[in-house]
Amino acid sequence: MPRPPVFLDHLSSTPVDPRVFEAMKPFFTEAFGNPSSLHRYGLQVREALRRAREQFAFLIGAENADDILLTSGGTEANNLAVKGVAYANQRKGNHLVLSETEHPSVLESIAFLEKQGFTSTKVPVDAQGILRLDKLREALTDQTILIAVHHANHDIGAIQPVAEIGKIAAERGIAFFCDATASAGWTPIDVKAMGIHLLSFAPHRFYGPKGVGVLYRNRKARLVSILHGGVQENGRRAGTENVPAIVGGGLAAEIARKELPQRAEKVRALQKRLMAGLAAKVPYLKFNGPPSGPLRLPTNVSLAAEFIEGEGQLLLLDHLGVCVASGGSCVSKSLKVSHVLTAIGLDHALAQGSIIMTLGKENTEEEMDYVIETMAKVVERLRGMSPMWDEFQQGKIDSTVAPRGVGRSFTEHAAEVSGHREERARR
Amino acid sequence: MDLSVDRFAEAHILIWDKTSPISFHRSETKMNNNKEYTLYNEKVMDHFMNPRNMGDLPSADGVGEVGAAACGDIMKISLKIEDGRIKDARFKTFGCGSAIASSSMATELIKGRTVEEAMSFSNQEVVDALGGLPPVKIHCSVLAEEALKAALEDYVKKHPEAASAPTKGEPAKA
Ligand code: FES
Repeated sequence: MPRPPVFLDHLSSTPVDPRVFEAMKPFFTEAFGNPSSLHRYGLQVREALRRAREQFAFLIGAENADDILLTSGGTEANNLAVKGVAYANQRKGNHLVLSETEHPSVLESIAFLEKQGFTSTKVPVDAQGILRLDKLREALTDQTILIAVHHANHDIGAIQPVAEIGKIAAERGIAFFCDATASAGWTPIDVKAMGIHLLSFAPHRFYGPKGVGVLYRNRKARLVSILHGGVQENGRRAGTENVPAIVGGGLAAEIARKELPQRAEKVRALQKRLMAGLAAKVPYLKFNGPPSGPLRLPTNVSLAAEFIEGEGQLLLLDHLGVCVASGGSCVSKSLKVSHVLTAIGLDHALAQGSIIMTLGKENTEEEMDYVIETMAKVVERLRGMSPMWDEFQQGKIDSTVAPRGVGRSFTEHAAEVSGHREERARR
Repeated sequence: MDLSVDRFAEAHILIWDKTSPISFHRSETKMNNNKEYTLYNEKVMDHFMNPRNMGDLPSADGVGEVGAAACGDIMKISLKIEDGRIKDARFKTFGCGSAIASSSMATELIKGRTVEEAMSFSNQEVVDALGGLPPVKIHCSVLAEEALKAALEDYVKKHPEAASAPTKGEPAKA
């Protein structure tokens, strides 16, 4: 019997907790009413939604359950936060400030707004992926109406200095929106202490169902709806609520809050074991983002194996029963490497070989050992096929991870052979 | 005209029964863990998992190394050429699964061809032989074509006489 696959892509989604699944069931078949209805079927469900809002508020330290807006997912919550704040404040100003490493749902919402007369400034991050606070201060103008900085980064696990950002936002009287989809349920969040006005997250990242997203909005932050045709969510998000998912998400949030210390401690230990094991077993490996510790999400391991590419690693790992993600260009439909890896200044060739492993509460130490061993095999096999590995052995190109001072850089080499190709095309 | 609900329903059932093989009430959808769930078709996966002709030729007559502008990947093809005919081919690839499979297939296809025939090799042949590639992965097969042509050019550069010399023997079957 082959071993069951090791799931190391909890960033993409997590399995629904059986307790959560049980709680959701009656809301499909028995308590199926529309919460907007005024009869008993509606009222019964409304009660369940109120409870879920309280559970969501509990997870993030929000005082008032009425500040919880329910959406279809993290992406919609991010769209609502960015566009809703921008439109609500357009008489005050038109300038939006964001970090370079935001999720595409934030980046592209802002790009969309720019076509309508808004402007934006992207604040750079340092080599570990942490926002430069000095640059943030510089970016703010008297036209700035929104600061959007995520809590933790999906790709590299860097935790941002949100409390400091909250202070700056308060000093300047600007709304601060924090995308916490990568961190909620895994690392403590306190919107009040952190000075956050709006915060988004998605329960399917912590053992809740898909199809529900949460946007916390402090009532002092102005927000207009971007979906029209109903008075749900106090007129800020039209559309019938996904009741079973909301009920399940609420319970998942409550459980996550209560079990957070144990979960975080467990995955942190696995993260340390995995990172240490990989560093020892796989040569020419670079870890992206901060080291395991307070600046890093306990769930995320991001690395780049030099001289090979990410999709091949992903496919071979999958074949051997290890499911991971990659930030390399060949894996993405756009053929671009992850903008996060570019933002931290990672060499393109290294970014090509990037792998993202995200841990969950069911992973075990034994699994980590299997992953380390398997990863070492996969890397060795692909290096055996790579012309770059050869050329490195021959001293024609150098390593970026551990330079020997012989040969030119991979990037220079790649540029030359690509140039050769363009020259041919011209002829 | 009979508009009773029963008649109406019956009519629908008859239409579906006759024309459609689709069953609308599958009672369970199960996740299985078999090979069905792979990014590429079986042929591509086979060439990725068990690449043919991977490696270098110590005494190659032509070597071509090219990079893909689109994604930044690199492919190298080495050829052994005798009497104007490709005797052997090897590849090394820094690239995705599709690039590895494409170089494996390309080296298989061109063995035995004359230099002249190989000059008109097209990536489409690789795509067809692999039973198709996802649209975003077509450029990986182009990389194989270009690496092969770069190797042939390298050969011609080193053997200027070969460019004009007639090929011995019958042309290989395509
Ligand atoms: S070689 Fe990069 S996508 Fe195939």
